[in-house]
Amino acid sequence: MQHEALIREPLILGNKTIHDITEDICRPIESKPTKSWWFAFILSATCLLWWVVCVSYTVGIGLGAWGLNNVVDWGWDITNFVWWVGIGHAGTLISAVLLLFRQKWRLSINRASEAMTIFAVICAASFLLTHIGRPWLPYWLLPLPNQFGSLWVNFNSPLVWDTFAVSTYFTVSLVFWYTGLIPDFAAIRDRAKTPQRKFWYGLLSFGWVGTAKNWQRFEEVSLVLAGMSTPLVLSVHTIVSMDFATSIVPGWHTTIFPPYFVAGAIFSGFAMVQTLLIITRKVMKLEAYITTLHIDMMNRIIMITGSIVGIAYITEFFIAWYSGVEYESYAFINRATGPYWWAYWAMMSCNVISPQLFWSSKLRTNITFTFFMSIVVNIGMWFERFVIIVTSLHRAYIPAQWSMYHPTWVEAGIYLGSIGLFFTLFLLFTKFFPVIAMSELKTIVHSSSLQTHREMRKNENHH
Amino acid sequence: MSKFIFGIFSDEEKVMHSIAPLRAKGVVIKDVISPFPIHGMDHALGLARTRISICSFLYGMTGFGLAILMTWYMMISDWPMDIGGKPNWYFYQNVPAFIPVIFESTIFCAAHGMVITFYLRSKLLPGVTAYTPDVRMTDDKIIMKVEVTDAASEQSASALLREFGAEEVKEYGK
Repeated sequence: MQHEALIREPLILGNKTIHDITEDICRPIESKPTKSWWFAFILSATCLLWWVVCVSYTVGIGLGAWGLNNVVDWGWDITNFVWWVGIGHAGTLISAVLLLFRQKWRLSINRASEAMTIFAVICAASFLLTHIGRPWLPYWLLPLPNQFGSLWVNFNSPLVWDTFAVSTYFTVSLVFWYTGLIPDFAAIRDRAKTPQRKFWYGLLSFGWVGTAKNWQRFEEVSLVLAGMSTPLVLSVHTIVSMDFATSIVPGWHTTIFPPYFVAGAIFSGFAMVQTLLIITRKVMKLEAYITTLHIDMMNRIIMITGSIVGIAYITEFFIAWYSGVEYESYAFINRATGPYWWAYWAMMSCNVISPQLFWSSKLRTNITFTFFMSIVVNIGMWFERFVIIVTSLHRAYIPAQWSMYHPTWVEAGIYLGSIGLFFTLFLLFTKFFPVIAMSELKTIVHSSSLQTHREMRKNENHH
Repeated sequence: MSKFIFGIFSDEEKVMHSIAPLRAKGVVIKDVISPFPIHGMDHALGLARTRISICSFLYGMTGFGLAILMTWYMMISDWPMDIGGKPNWYFYQNVPAFIPVIFESTIFCAAHGMVITFYLRSKLLPGVTAYTPDVRMTDDKIIMKVEVTDAASEQSASALLREFGAEEVKEYGK
């Protein structure tokens, strides 16, 4: 039995028994959707519908419907792609990296954050597939034999690396998430009172029974998947950063990009997890499982990764000056003082100043402040990608080519629609799937719950 | 004729510590079914180590080899092209560019190969019916499955299970 030091705060509050965990997590699945769920769902589904309209318009009319031009050929499309992929990284970090570091506080948040990862990567993939000009030929991204002499993809290109990386990341995250869901589906199946629920969750649970051998294999598979997902998380956003870093565009061609992007991804991802979980825990009454401690821990990670992003900014400026390369220096002068200065300063205030506020433990444990900050961080990270992409492209080496970029209503609609897609999927997840990893959370009731700590303290006092 | 009785426990510690003494007293423990993984249960039951991670490694090596073969064939052997003057006469000259793809392919094959093997070996497939006669198996109780051959052994096993902390001893139909 793992004995916890009493100095640690309990991870499960409210005198919850193992049976309580099953009840609390299965109840939202077994009851009718609430009014607030319907309200949120109708809102998101409307945005999703708008996404369908705007994407259909783009596919029908062509990319001319967007504001891209010969100089700024990547605008909101790639900004949004990188934004969504970055958001997705937190889920894998929570499930994989925190597992390897034996951080038990991940257990009540890993399921929802992995779901977030999957939905975020779906949104990212939607941008990737809609921006390629001829979206009815997406299979051209794959090295398939063909009748063009067998014209293969260019493996030297980070865009091809992206294809492999993002598809591996998506499918591996999907199986990691699904495998973890199997024992929980089994719990819902066994409790099911209606024949439909019994059928569907019976199907989804693949006939799981928690025998010792099954759990042994399950634990090993989780550990190995975690061990593989960790380098995957790091490599995927590194490869995404190389879409920029391997070019010669001023402001892009810098070796700080891989660690900078990975830290930025974790930064924005955790902010999105905070946004989702603060609402979820309130609406679904899961405050005993997703406690202030969890919010605090996630804020610490936001603070650390936000600080790394800040250091990366400083590195960029320093090297732009120290290298003596006038194009690189101009790229940064233009960012701060050129026509997109407002985006740059929004980015700076949201990303550099805000995480430093989390040094205060009072602010770290304040739920309202955290919620507000999580939105601020995500806005800041969106502006970061926008600033990197657009300000570097719109004024590169040849002044005669300098242009401006203005997104059209179609691009704005696709972005809003992708947020609708994300929340629609997430709301469906909260309605039909267990939001917390039940079977995993049950493992810490006897070591890290409030009542166990109370008992341990009592025993301690008797010595 | 062998049938099974099931001892129902609430505390996983009790279950873990009772396995060895129960076996010493002649109780044939076949399995322990729990709603959550119990650390050390496989060791306590004497289960062999799972070889699934070895499988994963082998699948990973397969992915590694396939990706090397693919990138060599496509970029060096079949249709090498002058892309920005990058050297492509030999595989080793161009291999730094291929590392991301080779890495991703390794992880892809390792992960999916392992998970598919896990599902097949544990017989986890859509449509498989689970034998969970008691809803508490996936809720909050730990259930020890004991094999008994006749009424006498059933009596003694039952009594021993209760002695070691079982709250109930039940028999479920097939």
